Amino acid sequence: MSINLAQFHQTFFEESFEGLDTMEAGLLSLSEGRADADTINTIFRATHSIKGGSATFGFSAVAKFTHVMETLLDEMRGERIAPSETTVNVLLRSVDCLRAMLEAVKSNTTFDEALQHELYSEMQHILDANPDAPAAVSGIKGGGTKSAAASGWTIGFRPHAHLLRTGNDPLRLLRELGTLGKLNVKADVSGLPPFAEMNPENCYLRWEISLRAAAPHQAVAEIFNWVDGDCDLDIRANAEPSVSTPVSISTETAQAAPPVKAERSVAAESAASIRVSTDKVDALVNMVGELVITQSMLSQLGEDFSMERILKLRDGLAQLERNTRELQESVMRIRMMPISHCFSRIPRMVHDLCHKLGKKVEVRLSGEQTELDKTVLEKIGDPLVHLVRNSLDHGIEKPEARAATGKSEIGTLCLNAFHKGGNIVIEISDDGAGLNKDKILAKAKERGLIKGDEPLGDEKIYELIFLPGFSTAEVVSDVSGRGVGMDVVRRNIKSLNGKIEIESQASKGTTIRIRLPLTLAILDGMSIAVNGQMFIIPLTFIAESLQPKPEDIQGIAGRERVVRVRGDYVPVIALYELFNIPPRITQPEQGILVLVEAEGRKIALFIDEIMGQHQVVLKSLESNYRKVDGIAGATIMGDGTVAVILDVAALVRLSREPRAALQREAA
Amino acid sequence: MKAQQATNEMANPIHAEGGLSNEFLTFTLGKEEYGLDILKVQEIRGYDAVTAIANSPAFIKGVINLRGIIVPIVDMRIKFNLGKVEYNEYTVVIILNVANRVVGMVVDGVSDVITLKPDQIKPAPEFGSAFDTRYLTGLGTVDNRMLILVDIEKLMSGRDMGLMDKVEAQGE
Repeated sequence: MSINLAQFHQTFFEESFEGLDTMEAGLLSLSEGRADADTINTIFRATHSIKGGSATFGFSAVAKFTHVMETLLDEMRGERIAPSETTVNVLLRSVDCLRAMLEAVKSNTTFDEALQHELYSEMQHILDANPDAPAAVSGIKGGGTKSAAASGWTIGFRPHAHLLRTGNDPLRLLRELGTLGKLNVKADVSGLPPFAEMNPENCYLRWEISLRAAAPHQAVAEIFNWVDGDCDLDIRANAEPSVSTPVSISTETAQAAPPVKAERSVAAESAASIRVSTDKVDALVNMVGELVITQSMLSQLGEDFSMERILKLRDGLAQLERNTRELQESVMRIRMMPISHCFSRIPRMVHDLCHKLGKKVEVRLSGEQTELDKTVLEKIGDPLVHLVRNSLDHGIEKPEARAATGKSEIGTLCLNAFHKGGNIVIEISDDGAGLNKDKILAKAKERGLIKGDEPLGDEKIYELIFLPGFSTAEVVSDVSGRGVGMDVVRRNIKSLNGKIEIESQASKGTTIRIRLPLTLAILDGMSIAVNGQMFIIPLTFIAESLQPKPEDIQGIAGRERVVRVRGDYVPVIALYELFNIPPRITQPEQGILVLVEAEGRKIALFIDEIMGQHQVVLKSLESNYRKVDGIAGATIMGDGTVAVILDVAALVRLSREPRAALQREAA
Repeated sequence: MKAQQATNEMANPIHAEGGLSNEFLTFTLGKEEYGLDILKVQEIRGYDAVTAIANSPAFIKGVINLRGIIVPIVDMRIKFNLGKVEYNEYTVVIILNVANRVVGMVVDGVSDVITLKPDQIKPAPEFGSAFDTRYLTGLGTVDNRMLILVDIEKLMSGRDMGLMDKVEAQGE
């Protein structure tokens, strides 16, 4: 009986990645100085299961690497090694490395081993520094270069004549060496006797091997472990071994980082599964059960139907409607995932950035259990990371500067997520310096983004930072300040039908608020009609609908119209004009004005009538047709006809274009 | 240039397969009879409830719901200025599967599926600017009637149809 282990791989990977997340979270709380036994135990257990799993499935590289981590953690658990900052940092990087290794194994690609060996030797170094600790890897300990990763090794391998008789094969050793890096092997055949005198069981050959790999001495020596005593061996470093100071480490990690990222994106494409909690599935099963009951009740009714039973039929249909809606909601809920998936990587990032920037920041997360659609979740990750980086780099000041203004040296960064209406709101707030309005204005003038003396409201000024190429940072760092980013952030959020707002107070801090629809596939819409044609306006954009009085409508220059709504003048845009539909009515007071808002501007869409409110399933128009300006997509109504969903943001933009042309004409 | 020829041959199985005969679906526009490669046809259905799309050319009638997918409908009679444009229960829509898209095409009527041997197909003559012969595979003869064979994939993905955002390079 043979068991195909491959069928368990998926589960192993999922569990391992979960384990890695646990380890990361644990390590981060350690680095904040909360080194309790429980946390270390949790990390240790996660490491242990990954090690066990990987050994079972034959991922020996992973198993070997985790083994060292485990040894180190065991020492920490036994309080023989203190969870110092260096130790925790090494472990954190090892978690990253381990994650990349697992991704590589999962996607069947090769993993750049340099980083792995480097961390390996660093961990060993920590272990070695502690005399009580047993060596994680028993092997030949080399000389002084033991813990340093050299750029290569020259190995003189001179087997004794009886080597073959001990069951060792030099070829196997060479192959093993080849797994570490590039090999250049020279065989010395000078010891070879004339053929007549040769004993086939003796080994006469000698080798001069040059190995190009950043492998530690130990890794090389380990290979020759078996032939220890049966050969003369000398292992010399090729070039000066790089000294493991923090500086060299950081550069090496930076170099090693790109391939790791590449592996990740490969894996992201292949993994498109969701883990759904059992209670969600149970709810679904229940609901389907109810649906079946309703269906059988209705079909029974239909068998011998008479007019007296119309009430029963109506009841049944109402129940069917309720069932369907509940079912739809539960199915959508399957796609919903807590935002903690996104939030969880923030503390780690802040931790790393604080080191780099020399700042002290405390991260507070709340509302991690708020759920949103998986697609939204995937797309919001990067903008979120960018905003947090911005807050850290530009927002929160250095400890000295904070102390000077009487604030606590430790800055606070809060991430909060909550539901509001049909939206999910994500807030990123810091207690830093706030946006510097004058600086933004000056920069915008310098770049020619605004004209001389335009008076701008706060909101308008903050809007400026979303323009492409805008940055007020004096020094461009590798953290932020290149001015690419905020515009990308806004574009990403807009592509999700979301909004981004900024609130800022000088020296009090900045709050960035992102509003996102819960899901992309289904939206609440108001159906409206213009001369018999049906359109859907997404509810999220609608501020209000009104039937104007004739005196509320004012003409401007004979062509444009505005409506007065509680003291505000809002431009009236007729949908029939934008869409070139023959109009049925042309006077706003005969129809309805729907006030819609997008990109901070309000327009009053003039339509014939409001039909109702629906939940509509968004269908792409582009899959078989092309993108049409002003149209976000289409949906199928209850009667099977197609209704067009309006793209309010595009309509607002469209409405402005001819207006701008008019202004040019006038000037 | 070579690549272009290759795609031409792919789109035109007659040349590629030499002696083999091909099946064409024939349809009428006004008094003219057309034929298109039957393998591009997904189904044939009646004309009903089309939802207009704003600011689109007159020959794009709008979109319909074809079992949950949104399919644009093109009226070839308007596009080619042929036949009387009226919509009744006899109006026929040919649903095509071209360039990985589903497109509906309104014609006056669908007549037959016929098989043409290569020797029954003559190359299309040049017409100057009045009609773009790039979209023609040739002219066929059946019972002394002339059949205009169109390369429907090229036609539908051509720039002047405005059906697709990215116009296929082979249309050029």
